[in-house]
Amino acid sequence: MNTRWKFGILIVIVVGTLGWLAAGGVDEAKAYYKTIPEVQAMGSEAMTKRLRVAGDVAPGSIQRVGKDVHFTIQQEDLKLNVIYSGSDPLPDTFRDGAQALADGRMQSDGNFHASRIQAKCASKYEAKPGGRPAADPVYGAKPKSVS
Amino acid sequence: MENLGALALILAFCFAVYSLAGSVFGAWKNKPFLIESARRSVYVVWGLVTLASGLLVYALITSDFRYAYVAAHSNRDMSVNYKFTSWWGGQEGSLLFWTFILSTYAAVVVWTDRGKLRKMFPYVIAVLASTQIFFLIFNAFVASPFQMLAVGKGITAVPDGQGLNPLLQNWAMQIHPPMLYLGYVGFTVPFAFALGSLIARQPGDTWIHTTRRWTLITWMFQTCGVLLGAGWAYEVLGWGGYWGWDPVENASLLPWITATAFLHSVMMQEKKGMMKVWNIVLISCTFFLCIFGTFMTRSGIVSSVHAFAQSPIGNYFVVFLAIGIATTVYFILGRLDYLKSETQLESVVSRESAFLFNNLILLASCFAVLWGTVFPIISEAVTGEKVSVDAPFFNRVNIPIGLFLLFLTGVGPLVAWRRSSVDALRRNFIAPTIGMAVVMIAMVIGGVRHFYAIVSLGLCFFVTWTIAAEFWKGAAAIRKKDGLGFLPSFVELTHRNTRRYGGYLVHMGIVFLFIGFTGAAFNKDTIVDVSMGEKFQLGSYEMLVKEIRDGDTPDFIWQNATVGVWKGGEFLGDLKPERRLYKASRQPASQVAIRRRLNDDLYLNFSSTGEDGKRAVLQVYVFPLVSWLIIGFWVVLFGTLVCLVPSKVKLQYARTEVVGVTTSEHAPVS
Repeated sequence: MNTRWKFGILIVIVVGTLGWLAAGGVDEAKAYYKTIPEVQAMGSEAMTKRLRVAGDVAPGSIQRVGKDVHFTIQQEDLKLNVIYSGSDPLPDTFRDGAQALADGRMQSDGNFHASRIQAKCASKYEAKPGGRPAADPVYGAKPKSVS
Repeated sequence: MENLGALALILAFCFAVYSLAGSVFGAWKNKPFLIESARRSVYVVWGLVTLASGLLVYALITSDFRYAYVAAHSNRDMSVNYKFTSWWGGQEGSLLFWTFILSTYAAVVVWTDRGKLRKMFPYVIAVLASTQIFFLIFNAFVASPFQMLAVGKGITAVPDGQGLNPLLQNWAMQIHPPMLYLGYVGFTVPFAFALGSLIARQPGDTWIHTTRRWTLITWMFQTCGVLLGAGWAYEVLGWGGYWGWDPVENASLLPWITATAFLHSVMMQEKKGMMKVWNIVLISCTFFLCIFGTFMTRSGIVSSVHAFAQSPIGNYFVVFLAIGIATTVYFILGRLDYLKSETQLESVVSRESAFLFNNLILLASCFAVLWGTVFPIISEAVTGEKVSVDAPFFNRVNIPIGLFLLFLTGVGPLVAWRRSSVDALRRNFIAPTIGMAVVMIAMVIGGVRHFYAIVSLGLCFFVTWTIAAEFWKGAAAIRKKDGLGFLPSFVELTHRNTRRYGGYLVHMGIVFLFIGFTGAAFNKDTIVDVSMGEKFQLGSYEMLVKEIRDGDTPDFIWQNATVGVWKGGEFLGDLKPERRLYKASRQPASQVAIRRRLNDDLYLNFSSTGEDGKRAVLQVYVFPLVSWLIIGFWVVLFGTLVCLVPSKVKLQYARTEVVGVTTSEHAPVS
């Protein structure tokens, strides 16, 4: 067999294996970006897929319940209750009014069970100088002496 | 002052345009004085950009809050070094920082390589100037750092600024961005050389030495930048990881991968005259991936925890990328005859083959990471649904790739150029392979069931053995011949061929990094909600919270927990994880406490106090072997520096004829 063929076959094997791994990896790791209205329109179908839902954290909604954190995200008038039970600490930027991205699944109790939360404090970087600073951080994130 | 800064940037833009026009026109019409003036205007651009940068830094340090940028990214109570850091803490400033580094590189290039490579040099300047023009458009016209806060008709200052993002107020964040930028921006230089040589049909391989050297330097910075970023994430973000396959992290990894591939395949060109098109493509990809990475970070096209403020600068990048890629492709296709390969692959079991697969697999990794990163955009375009992939996807593809690369790292030096005989293979491989098998079996007996971890540590042993054997053999020969002592023989060996042995040192560093990565297979974590004095446990560590204290500094309010740590009944000391609330930005930030040891790190994050302030909620992690990443970092850095030291012995390659051009009007120069 000539060298060119040998290389050809080896390359096909390597690339094929990686392609196969990648294809499997996509199925395992994919999450659908949905808005809150979209999630609510999906009905029971929402429970079958891993979703990423973005919304603003409703002021005053963050509560720590044991090791879980409960809060509500909202987009205009629509609200979604989220229960976070992941092992990673919540990001420092997570607080009232922050933009949060909850990653997880809808459960039959109507709550969204998130395993990961990302938060971007949109107001901080874009606030006009002299304007009001972003809301105070919440849920025990504020050392006692501030209050 | 602010007018002077803005003016300097506009002038810098004009001089960059002159630099481009002068060098191209000068080369075209063969007017040396034009080329020389274009060359000198590179210095002028540097001077002007440095002036503008100096003015901005001065404004930051003196807290001149009339500047919108200063007001948005610093405040009075920050220490001076963080005020300086604010230079790259925001969009406008960091774009200026980009330009500053680029013009510094350009000035260094025209200074160090003056008088060399005359034929291609105008084009090198042209490429550098084009990139400068692109970034100066932002600095001077789109995202000027010298914007003032206007109220009515007058310029006015606010009493205090908003402060630098507290997450960025960390030592690693002072070094990480400059390093990463030095890497990112630096890849413009090898790209300029590669494209310049292509346009000028620079014969011979002289340019490749220059390019390789510049690539190595920028690769070193990029490596530092990426690893420091990982270190920062580990220390500051408090989520207990160092790599999350976030789009912005990926963006910094992509050019690193292609540059690594280039550093390997360029050896094929130097020694065998092969893979010329491939090398040009690789270095171009590296450059465009850098630009693409900047674009991805700045435009908000993919959602990321890092993303800078969303801004309209994305379109400019798309245009620049389109023009740049089209130009590069045009020149590559137009000069394929100049890029003909001189030799063919002879055997599957050869050094060439190892390099080929190294490149193939690096590129596959790069492609997979790129694909995963832009997956939301692609899926939205194709199916209308925005779908993202996260860590499991990247790990699933990249772990096998990483292990295969590690394997090649061990194999490469043992197989000969052209072809290896079965006998030679057996002689070289038998010992390390048996060693590897012993390590793997020992791990299985020891109760380890994690497949990748077993393979990884086995391979680490294999590679360490082969590298050690290379050093040992070489040093033994020198001791015998020159009668040097034990240690001096190793130094002498390395000095004789710094590229080869420096390269091995880098490989050794990579092995250490892999040991660190492998530790992640055995991570442990838990969240505890405990009262004072209540004991809790993770792995072999026992801990209890002794007290919670709080206090106040001008910059932030803090609260920390004193946690006593025991192991097997022995007291190891106190750890003090802390939570801060920065006053200016009203943003909380955690200061984790880490007890670093070679076998494992104990990592505590104080996430909140309980209801009455008498309980503490702590995230506790044990990360085995993670400190090896730091060792690996230093070894890689040291190895790269060794590579940059000129070899004592001038290398004679087996390939003597210098081949560049095969067409008649461009006869090879030998």
